[in-house]
Amino acid sequence: MNLNSDKFRALWVALISVFLGLVAGAILMALTGHNPFEGYTYLFQGGLMNIERIGNTLATSTALFLTGISVAFAFKTGLFNIGASGQMLMGGLFATAIGLTWDLPKPILLPIILIASIIGGGLWALIPGLLKAKFNVHEVVATIMMNWIAYWTINYTIPAYFKGEYLETESRIIGNNASLRVEWLTDLFNGSYINLGFFIAVAVIIIIAIVLDKTVLGFTLKAVGFNKESAKYSGMNVNKSIILSMMIAGGLAGLGGATFYLGYSSNIQIGVLPAQGFDGIAVALLGANNPYGALAAAVFFGLLHSGKGFMNAMTDVPPEIGDTIIATIIYFAATSLLIHKFLDKITAFFKGGLKK
Amino acid sequence: MIDIITGIFPYAIAFTIPLLITSLGGLFSERSGVVNIGLEGLMIMGSFSGALTILSLEKVLPHGSIWIGLLVAALTAGVFSLLHAFASIHLKANQIISGTAINMIAGAITVFIARNITGSGNIRIKLGLNRVSVPVLKDIPFIGDMFFTNTYMTTWLVLLILILANFIIYKTSFGLRLRACGEHPQAAAAAGINVFVIRYISVFISGCLAGLGGAIILVTYSGEFNGSVAGLGFLALASLIFGQWKPLGILGATFFFGFASTVANVSQAIPVLATIPAIILKIFPYVVTLIALVVFSKSSQAPKAVGEPFDQGKR
Repeated sequence: MNLNSDKFRALWVALISVFLGLVAGAILMALTGHNPFEGYTYLFQGGLMNIERIGNTLATSTALFLTGISVAFAFKTGLFNIGASGQMLMGGLFATAIGLTWDLPKPILLPIILIASIIGGGLWALIPGLLKAKFNVHEVVATIMMNWIAYWTINYTIPAYFKGEYLETESRIIGNNASLRVEWLTDLFNGSYINLGFFIAVAVIIIIAIVLDKTVLGFTLKAVGFNKESAKYSGMNVNKSIILSMMIAGGLAGLGGATFYLGYSSNIQIGVLPAQGFDGIAVALLGANNPYGALAAAVFFGLLHSGKGFMNAMTDVPPEIGDTIIATIIYFAATSLLIHKFLDKITAFFKGGLKK
Repeated sequence: MIDIITGIFPYAIAFTIPLLITSLGGLFSERSGVVNIGLEGLMIMGSFSGALTILSLEKVLPHGSIWIGLLVAALTAGVFSLLHAFASIHLKANQIISGTAINMIAGAITVFIARNITGSGNIRIKLGLNRVSVPVLKDIPFIGDMFFTNTYMTTWLVLLILILANFIIYKTSFGLRLRACGEHPQAAAAAGINVFVIRYISVFISGCLAGLGGAIILVTYSGEFNGSVAGLGFLALASLIFGQWKPLGILGATFFFGFASTVANVSQAIPVLATIPAIILKIFPYVVTLIALVVFSKSSQAPKAVGEPFDQGKR
């Protein structure tokens, strides 16, 4: 076993981070007087025990998956997109606005909605992209500001134009023709939330992987991310690449918004900056910025999120244990230097052993 | 118009103060070279530990419990911020990711524990801080009404900390070392400064001040912990940037943002203000911060080494 190959390393770091996160969760449960084994049993049962719950897990993973790819794509091109939450909200707003306004047959309306969500998220990321390219404003700060601008925009736009029937804090429920849920899929998964979003997300991942690895565009974006100066020297348009890369990342998060608000849910709520935007950072980190790795990480986090409700119903463990575990995993993934040192020691030990 | 301004003023101050103290916390961390986007989480941690302390002591010590709560909040958040310090200083982690993890851990674990205690995840405290008027000064016409009537003691405490912070950063040898670590850590190390120690202390101070900020919200205007500080930590970060990493700049920025947010919150109740759409007032701080970033992009006062892990071998 070659522990030093990069891909193997990334996998080990991810698995150890997850393991440490689960251990931290177990310790926390034990400290607050719960039985961690019971807690985890119900947590995983809640996400996997029947076809309906598996469907719900996949539905929960969908938005995480797209925000994860959004963050990972930006990482690959040398940018840190911490604004996936805001982009998701704007994508969701564009999609909801069209879904509630235009009364068209589903096969025509759905593509329009999806494109609108990509445009919404893309436009929201265009501003940080422009600021970065033209004025060298750090994209982290700019995307954080854009998150809160999106938060307040939603907060006032939804009640003003799309107010729900009963609650001020959410939009009207979208019609069946604007929903990503389809009957045959719901029936196939025994009434689960699963919707077309999941398949769209998987298709998008494949496209993104091809773009990054097999096209001139992908090569240019990666080259700019790797070394701006040398990319410039070889005649690549660095500014254009930065803007384009931010917009693609934003579009992916925006699409995540459509799958969340018009697939998993059926309206948009105000007063929440969606956690998926930040969980996406974890997905990208654990997946080592690899599209397929991100898929695995998203499904795992989706499992934690969709199982926590059942766990809370069967035991007294509060559902926030799921969020705590994810947050702890991000921390361990961020401090992976420790894990790398540990793996170095193990490798050295095995090599030493072989020499003797 | 004057009446409206004097009417809003106490609310604007109450809203500005937690923002100011948190932003000052960010100042310490960033001037020493460690980006701290975990301010939001540190405020939540302060609000939580403060609420828990006050809840358990308020029967025995009705008024004392509030001050003990503030102290515990500052210390708890300070200790919690060491997680960020450890990751970004010792392990050379990406400070943005570590800060995000701090926000997420704080938001999740506090509600988790609160649910174990209260069931609902909220912690309500019975007593808040009393408002007091400053003797003599409150009788000055106009100014007395605006600044010295019905004020919270925490407001004066925070202003005192502001003056102290200004003094520490610019007039003491510790402040000089702290700024050196943020501008050129290698040069600082060559001059015999222990960059690691200075950065640890700075991040700890930032945690204490942000925790105090979160707890001040609790004891002044909110009265309960509910697992969130509604983005005030990020607003404090915006203030830090808009104030160009200077204590007095931060005072100006937080008051500017605090006043705008307060006007947005009360605008529906006051006809003159209702003409300004609240959305404009709410997004205003973030938009002007973006504009400030563009305007200052050539002459930014940001610490030069902020966000860079200190590597002894790099020159």
